[in-house]
Amino acid sequence: MAMLRVKSLTTYYGGIQALRGVSLHVDEGEIVALVGANGAGKTTILNTICGLVPPSDGEVVFDGKTVTGLPAERLVRLGLSQVPEGRQIFGPMTVLDNLLLGAYHRSRSERKSNLYSDLEFIYSVFPILQERSKQRAGTLSGGEQQMLAIGRALMSRPRMLLLDEPSVGLAPMVAKEIFKVIAKVRDFGTTVLLVEQNARAGLAIADRAYVLETGKIILEDMASDLMSNKEVQRAYLGKGYTHVWE
Amino acid sequence: MAIWNQRYETMAREELQQVQLERLQATVNRAYENVAFYKRLFDQLGIVPEDIKSLEDLAKLPFTTRQDLLDGYPYDMFAVPLRDVVRIQSTSGTATAPTVCGYTANDLHSWSELAARTLVSCGIDKDDVVQVYFGYGLFGAGFGFQYGAERIGASIIPVSVASPERQIAVMRDFKITAIIGTPSYALSVAELLESAGVNPRALSLRVGLFGGEPWSDNVRSQVEAKLGITAMDYYGLNELVSPGVSCECEAKQGLHIAEDHFIAEVIDPKTAKLVDAGCEGELVLTTLSKEALPLIRYRTCDLTSIDTSPCVCGRTLARMARVHSRTDDMVIVQGISLFPSQIQAILTEIEGTEPHYRMVINRVGASDSLEIQVEVSDRIFVDTVGKLEQFEKKISARIQSALGISPRVRLVEPKTLEQVTGRRRSVVIDNREL
Repeated sequence: MAMLRVKSLTTYYGGIQALRGVSLHVDEGEIVALVGANGAGKTTILNTICGLVPPSDGEVVFDGKTVTGLPAERLVRLGLSQVPEGRQIFGPMTVLDNLLLGAYHRSRSERKSNLYSDLEFIYSVFPILQERSKQRAGTLSGGEQQMLAIGRALMSRPRMLLLDEPSVGLAPMVAKEIFKVIAKVRDFGTTVLLVEQNARAGLAIADRAYVLETGKIILEDMASDLMSNKEVQRAYLGKGYTHVWE
Repeated sequence: MAIWNQRYETMAREELQQVQLERLQATVNRAYENVAFYKRLFDQLGIVPEDIKSLEDLAKLPFTTRQDLLDGYPYDMFAVPLRDVVRIQSTSGTATAPTVCGYTANDLHSWSELAARTLVSCGIDKDDVVQVYFGYGLFGAGFGFQYGAERIGASIIPVSVASPERQIAVMRDFKITAIIGTPSYALSVAELLESAGVNPRALSLRVGLFGGEPWSDNVRSQVEAKLGITAMDYYGLNELVSPGVSCECEAKQGLHIAEDHFIAEVIDPKTAKLVDAGCEGELVLTTLSKEALPLIRYRTCDLTSIDTSPCVCGRTLARMARVHSRTDDMVIVQGISLFPSQIQAILTEIEGTEPHYRMVINRVGASDSLEIQVEVSDRIFVDTVGKLEQFEKKISARIQSALGISPRVRLVEPKTLEQVTGRRRSVVIDNREL
């Protein structure tokens, strides 16, 4: 069943059209990747789904409910959380406080023990966060900060996670670690929509993917099939540019 | 019976429509960006790809016709550079008006998936030993079934074109359980079995998939009775995929269309308007997954109707009625598609003037024969029988080399063919009971 369904989304940034009728869906339990060049509109799609940018046209349906244009906090309550690009963690606060912040909408209504059992779970996925729980978040390495950002989003108990460029700015080995974590997150039952400029890594981890070009989707397929698509290889995987006759 | 792709073949209609919309938009985006023909057509009509906001908006888009494909011969309709194309198939007529279809590696991948669905839907599985009568040439059905059978793990024996005697020997020795070919060829195999005194029920035959020419339920019962098999129908087009567009299931109540790969519409062939749901008209297909040759609203010239009611087999895919007739004057003889215009072009080339001619198609037993009657004119007037025969042979040989079918050519007295002109399709007399 489709958990997220996006229909013909059109979004403007000022006078500039960033999305030109984008439709996509994510089934429950899937990892779906959005790949495409810089400026193709990948992040805009996430921001529009999350209610950070209002669409001028189109529809977003989450879990059977139309949520087009709903503010981000309402969506978090419905089970849709975003991990923004650049992590945006709170540097002066401790790792633990950052994590608890992810559950802010639950802290009033739920018992503390619930939160702490979730915390246990997060620590089991990211043991490093437990080690560093008392440390100020600003002192973490890039990879650890990314794990914290994902962990914080998981504290809202999302049914679906939107990840924006989780590997950006990370060393290849660290990025690899992050992708492993994302696979784990899905294995624990969270559906994932992933925006990734590193198309190879994105396609390697995803079940299905969409290729975006200037605000439009030009291909949808199983990620493994897109990996062998020549157009995708040339444009995003850096293969085949030495063949010149056309 | 089994379903090959549970996910897509039994998808809820609402979900299917989402998949169709996504793939339609992506297809239109690619066609507009990469195919000059579509860019020009859209620009003329003032349409941009983002005008397609819902499946209903498909009706805003222009049609693609066989003529458009002919005009783009051979590569102009391709949406990818030639180096991405790993296979090219074409219709049989290579000299006159062939339509060309290219496939990327992914297209071949989808084709085998679709062929696998066709085979499984018709009751073939990994334990079957499949014999293919179709040729493995420019006409692609043999390849399609090959891929599909390999995908599902069946054993396939690409006997292809061989004498019926050889086919029968293979059928017996290899313990063939499933046969694939044209229904008329199956009938001629049945006849040969009969005359050789072989009881088909003593063989291992179980099921047959037939296509490549129209065939009635009457022919179906003949094939089933004579060979002791279940005879199933499938549908495809060389310009898209064949097999793979649609296929029967065990219910035999129409052919399930692979709607996650094609959107089917039915139009009135005269007005080009959509007909009411369930009514008969011309089938129009839009490809949703094709990379090399995306086609938008392709007019198939095949007459059918579409039924979206649930099917007992569990598939949610809509069904199209079996195709028995066409909107144009194409005829299929011995599995080869022919247009009178192709015959006319050859005769004109030989005679130097517009010929008066007629195509007569007969079925003797199970095999089709084509006779071409040509009126003798002053220009080709010859006085000896020998020269006449030579002339007939020359025409026949020319048609054979251009179209791959060997007709009997008969020269007739001037004015004898005139009385039939003026009626549509009058140049074709089809005496077969299809």
